[in-house]
Amino acid sequence: MTGHLDLDAAIIGGGTAGCAAALHLATRGLRVALFERRTVGSQASGVNFGGVREHGRDFAELPLSRRARRIWDRLPELIGSDGEFMATGHLKLARSDEQMASLEDFARGAADYGLAVELITGNRLRADFPWLGPRVVGASLCRSDGQANPRIVAPGFARAARQAGAQIFEHEAVEGALRDEGGFRLETERGRRVSARTLINVAGAWGAKVAAWFGESVPIEPQSPSMQVTEPLPYRLPVNIGVAGGDVYARQIPRGNVIFGGGRGWNDFGAITSRAGGGNVTQAMGRLTDILPWTRHVHVIRTWSGIEGYTPDEIPVIGPSDTTPGLIHAFGFSGHGFQLGPAVGEVLAELVFSGGSETPLAPFAIGRFTGAAAPVGAQGDGRDPIAAMQQGETR
Amino acid sequence: MRSDRIVIVGAGPAGMRAALVLAGAGLNPVVLDEAPASGGQIYRRQPRGFTRAYDKLYGFEAGRARALHAAFDADNRIDHRSGTLVWNIEGRRLQTLHDGRPETVEFDRLLLATGAMDRVIPFPGWTRPGVYTLGGAQVALKHQACAIGRRVVFFGASPLLPLVASQYAAAGAEVAAVLDTTPLRAKLAAMPGLLAGGKTGWKGLVYLARLAARRIPYRHGITPVAALGSESVEGFAYTDASGRRHEIECDAIAFGYGLKSEWQLADLAGCGFEFDAGNYQWQVVADEAGRSTVPGVYLAGDGTRIGGAELAEIAGERAARAILTDLGDTGQGAALAACARRIGGQARLRRAIERAFPFPAPLARAIPDDCILCRCEAVTAGEFRASIDRLAPHDVNRAKAFSRVGMGRCQGRICGPAAAEILAAARGVEVKEAGRLRSQPPVKPVPVAAFADAAEDAA
Amino acid sequence: MSGARFRRLAETGRPRVAITVDGAPVEAMQGDTLMTAILTARGRLRVSEFGDGPRAGFCLMGACQDCWVRLEDGRRLRACTTFAEAGMAILTGAEEGADAF
Repeated sequence: MTGHLDLDAAIIGGGTAGCAAALHLATRGLRVALFERRTVGSQASGVNFGGVREHGRDFAELPLSRRARRIWDRLPELIGSDGEFMATGHLKLARSDEQMASLEDFARGAADYGLAVELITGNRLRADFPWLGPRVVGASLCRSDGQANPRIVAPGFARAARQAGAQIFEHEAVEGALRDEGGFRLETERGRRVSARTLINVAGAWGAKVAAWFGESVPIEPQSPSMQVTEPLPYRLPVNIGVAGGDVYARQIPRGNVIFGGGRGWNDFGAITSRAGGGNVTQAMGRLTDILPWTRHVHVIRTWSGIEGYTPDEIPVIGPSDTTPGLIHAFGFSGHGFQLGPAVGEVLAELVFSGGSETPLAPFAIGRFTGAAAPVGAQGDGRDPIAAMQQGETR
Repeated sequence: MRSDRIVIVGAGPAGMRAALVLAGAGLNPVVLDEAPASGGQIYRRQPRGFTRAYDKLYGFEAGRARALHAAFDADNRIDHRSGTLVWNIEGRRLQTLHDGRPETVEFDRLLLATGAMDRVIPFPGWTRPGVYTLGGAQVALKHQACAIGRRVVFFGASPLLPLVASQYAAAGAEVAAVLDTTPLRAKLAAMPGLLAGGKTGWKGLVYLARLAARRIPYRHGITPVAALGSESVEGFAYTDASGRRHEIECDAIAFGYGLKSEWQLADLAGCGFEFDAGNYQWQVVADEAGRSTVPGVYLAGDGTRIGGAELAEIAGERAARAILTDLGDTGQGAALAACARRIGGQARLRRAIERAFPFPAPLARAIPDDCILCRCEAVTAGEFRASIDRLAPHDVNRAKAFSRVGMGRCQGRICGPAAAEILAAARGVEVKEAGRLRSQPPVKPVPVAAFADAAEDAA
Repeated sequence: MSGARFRRLAETGRPRVAITVDGAPVEAMQGDTLMTAILTARGRLRVSEFGDGPRAGFCLMGACQDCWVRLEDGRRLRACTTFAEAGMAILTGAEEGADAF
């Protein structure tokens, strides 16, 4: 299974952003290959809640998120599937006056970005959303938001990328990469040697490990969402639900299942396994019945999790490397990258072709972590793959 | 060491015997089981107030069932907690619902004796009212003194096929036909091994003779076509060995293709798995004494290796003695060796049974496109194949993510084997290359209310 | 709705237990599971959520999860592993949607 690949661009990580970047680069005629240690969309991109939301984001993310939202409408022409995206709106609930004030603050700020958010309280809240529990005192509604099926979006982009000529290698982790005068050299776990002019690091929770190969330190913490799904119920929740404070979130798909989550699960980063956590599972059930009392008698039929990479400020790293020309990062989406993924793919392609992006990326610069402590997961198995490659070691 | 908390999940023959051995050594094992009474499926007890005698309920196995029930009931060193669903394992803690209330049970040593269920292959009409598993048909009779219908067709490839059909006939139900998917030639080839296996093999012949005495047709080499009828079963269509189509009028159908292990908890405990070619299914890896690959987690019974009640009981004793050995008891060697001898002595019979009732994989691969494959999510085989064509999943877990097959209330217990065959056929590989569906907690549905209330109480 | 599905072969002398199924009185027996109680009087236990018709259970041993029925108060019970109790008011039809509020 060894072979040598000579590429314009190599991509490490098969999440939505990586697969979308592969699509755009291949469409423009570049020789591109993507390497994914498991299967495309198997961690943060594939196991998340499925919220497609601009509502409630850090304002620094809104320009990128606005751009992403326009792409979600075009998924069928882009990847031949709508990803089960539905613009159901996103309703963020307040369970106290303080929380309502925070929703009002967001609505005011969002207006500067052209994002319409409605504030709903009092009689109108009960009239429009009769299925809410009594503890909810108010809400803000972003009608243009929605939800999609995370299990099929990244694979959909991967399929389209393949059709455009990109190579997608699953179950093939990149073990090391370096840059010399000829460009980037990579070695995969299957012993494949790869050379590339450009290297794109979209490795999610493992992104810091890749950055560390090039002397860049980002303190990424691997976290796991605690996701649950109920048996199918009559369709009565027509909007994606979040809460101020974020301790529970819920949506219902037209087939009837209510998907919800809250709190953190458990993971073993080294073994790449994760699960919804027992205590948080129970708490999320209580919070669910609090905001949606009619879920009280239903059954949870399955729980799951995955591994997401969190940065200290919970916004991602996106942009060129500070140390290595031709290296571009996009990782650390901190549990809310699903909506952004399609736009990140476009931005990465722009960075490859022009060195810049029409979307402001300054807040996401990797330099903000300069001097930070060594990242979790930067330590490998003891073998230094870069040194080994420099010495021409063969496996 | 003797204060180790020992928990057994499952109160069937394996779990009951293990508990008795441990109690006999002076320990106080906790036995968790979902059912209201011990016995498991095979020695399942009828509810209080029922009056049928043991031989009516358990036939040839009446003596063994009576002895095990009596010993288990009499042993007050065993802490039997019935009505307890173990729905998750996290580290050394079991999360349970006990009579509907959430509890946690900590353990130092865990024996999983979680039993088995029918293995099926969907066929057109199989979700209609009136179609049940062979094991289900037996439970209706044993536990509820009911037949699943007025006139019943039994079909498949399973030791349960002649057994349940003859039990129905003996109880006064009308058995329309017994239709075996195994070709007669294969059945005859397995016969020497069956008959050399002692009493068990001969019992099968007795069931066949009882059916013949009642002039109940028994056919070999059939292929199921469909359960007929619109809202419920009105008949069964099949083709015979020569390909000719037949229809039988009936209002109920029981079918199955052997048993499959209920290993979800072993999966959550992190145990290793292997594909067992003889049983033609994924089973939990156990060493010669029933130790799993996870220290402190032990295995016994049909949940580990399909072998039937008699073997399960021996495997339960063996696992209990392995636990005692691991606790420092050096005197278990001879008894362990005896268990191994008794289990080894049945090896030829087990192989013969596997040959006499082989899983008809080609039938699964040929499920028609318009037939429902996943009954929880109502996904057809055609929809499943289309999702495979579109996104090329490598294993059943990816195929599930793309198609929702195996994603419903039962978590793929029912459709899993057939889905794996369809995926393997599409990929042109052996079924084991399609992998196995990973288990996710809760292993069975749990009501939100129970936990929401508990969270409130704690707040 | 079609008629009875299960047929009692023995043990018919047990005390009676009165329940209702879809609002109509049904006479069950002590020791009946809900599945037995319902299917000795009716032809179905539930309706598939996905429009493919009625269901009446499948495995009878708590594994297939295809026999869940609802009580009028909203609780859900697995019919093959729950005993009938006097006064239970069971619903077997499709659950209603938004108009349930």
